[in-house]
Amino acid sequence: MTLLTRYLEFMANYPVFRAFWVNITLTVFSGALALILGTIAVTMRISPIPSLRAVSTFYVNVLRDIPLTVVMVAMTTVVYFSLDVDFSGQLATDFYVGVVYFGQAPETSVGMMANFYLLAIIGLGLYHSSFIAEAIRSGVNTVPLGQAEAARAVGLTFLQSARIVILPQAFRGAIAPIGNTIIALIKNTTVASVTGVAVETSATMSGMIEMGPQFIILIFLTFALGYVIIVIPVGVLTTTLSRRLAVKR
Amino acid sequence: MASEESPVVAELRHVDKHFGQLHVLKDINLTIHKGEVVVVIGPSGSGKSTLCRTINRLEPIDSGEIYVGGKLLPQEGKALAKLRAEVGMVFQSFNLFAHKTILDNVTLGPRKARKQDKAAAEKEALELLDRVGIANQASKLPAQLSGGQQQRAAIARALAMHPQLMLFDEPTSALDPEMINEVLEVMVSLAAEGMTMVVVTHEMGFARRAAHRVLFMADGQILEEAPPEDFFTHPQTDRAKDFLAKILQH
Ligand SMILES: Nc1ncnc2c1ncn2[C@@H]1O[C@H](COP(=O)(O)OP(=O)(O)OP(=O)(O)O)[C@@H](O)[C@H]1O
Ligand SMILES: [Mg+2]
Repeated sequence: MTLLTRYLEFMANYPVFRAFWVNITLTVFSGALALILGTIAVTMRISPIPSLRAVSTFYVNVLRDIPLTVVMVAMTTVVYFSLDVDFSGQLATDFYVGVVYFGQAPETSVGMMANFYLLAIIGLGLYHSSFIAEAIRSGVNTVPLGQAEAARAVGLTFLQSARIVILPQAFRGAIAPIGNTIIALIKNTTVASVTGVAVETSATMSGMIEMGPQFIILIFLTFALGYVIIVIPVGVLTTTLSRRLAVKR
Repeated sequence: MASEESPVVAELRHVDKHFGQLHVLKDINLTIHKGEVVVVIGPSGSGKSTLCRTINRLEPIDSGEIYVGGKLLPQEGKALAKLRAEVGMVFQSFNLFAHKTILDNVTLGPRKARKQDKAAAEKEALELLDRVGIANQASKLPAQLSGGQQQRAAIARALAMHPQLMLFDEPTSALDPEMINEVLEVMVSLAAEGMTMVVVTHEMGFARRAAHRVLFMADGQILEEAPPEDFFTHPQTDRAKDFLAKILQH
């Protein structure tokens, strides 16, 4: 047997595809959360109300300054164990089993796994929302002041101007930095293992290295290649979109 | 026609405004009657734009009072948005919404600020665009239009709100010479129909044809206020004489 076939046999014992799938779904849900929270934070940041601006600035700076690992560990140690925030209810379990196992629940402690999975989504979402907020804010800076003035002059309220005039143009001007944040998020989902997500690429990789140190280079290549394959389309997409959607002035 | 008896559309009482140390509006008192066309001229930095922008509170003031349609301008919020809808504004740099078609630019205010339904708003928008001569550009984006066309679209956008008053801040200053007239024609016809207008401009032809009153501003004050013919032929102050001499040299 060649090294490669022996490795493939070894790899078949590990849920490599499921692990990647978990990271992809973590990206999708925490990315959506980050976009929503980031948009809210930016809207507050550009609002005419000083206290909202202050809250937003504080939120963004705090989350941006804390290392991701600390946020992710805190999701289990502080949020779950100390504050007793528990997502292991039926709805959360169904969501987790549906997304990760396509409805086929494995036997062991699904409730607990669902809880860690959701805590990881929230932690990743919170952390990256600060970067999304900064990315969108850089987009807001590409929108000339006259756009907001015209929106106000025509009788739109602040929220209407933000929603209809400023943010749509800001998003189009921020696709490249938002894309960079999403790419960072894809790779950062590997930190979900510290929140307790067990089936996940970095945890799976560690397990494989432990049991098959003779394959170490192949194991690294497997995971590196997997991420490259996931990230390349995102990069291509953001480049194309940022060119295609650019607002012509 | 505008006269002292026409109802008052806008009134400024003892308006003062600073930018930091700079005193840009000094005790401005001004009453604008329905149907009146007021042209504001004066040297650069004299406060013309600022005056114009205080009337719809794009620029808040330090002290004094501004009334539009008899109502004191409210603080930032829903009520102010409502009052702003009553005041059309045309900017030097057009400021059309860059990501929206010309038609959407015109219908946005009526639909979002007035909750008018889409079909009715579009019907009226097309009439207005036809009126300013660019109905065939309705589905284009602003960047695809010439400056003159963009400015006419901006006028249509303001008219779509049926404003009580239109503010124009140097509407032709950013235009190539051959496009100035197409915009001025629209403004002259608006004036002829009795639209109340405050126009910051150095187009003396427009002032002579359409204005009822010329305000001459310098250093944040209204130094002179007279019918256009009187002002252009017999300026009272040295500042105004100086200024006219300079712009007439061109
Ligand atoms: N946002 C601002 N912050 C600080 N200073 C300002 C601001 N806007 C205007 N100014 C200053 O206030 C003064 C009056 O400005 P304003 O734009 O009203 O003049 P203007 O008469 O319209 O001049 P122009 O003919 O050049 O348009 C100028 O000295 C200008 O530099
Ligand atoms: Mg000006």
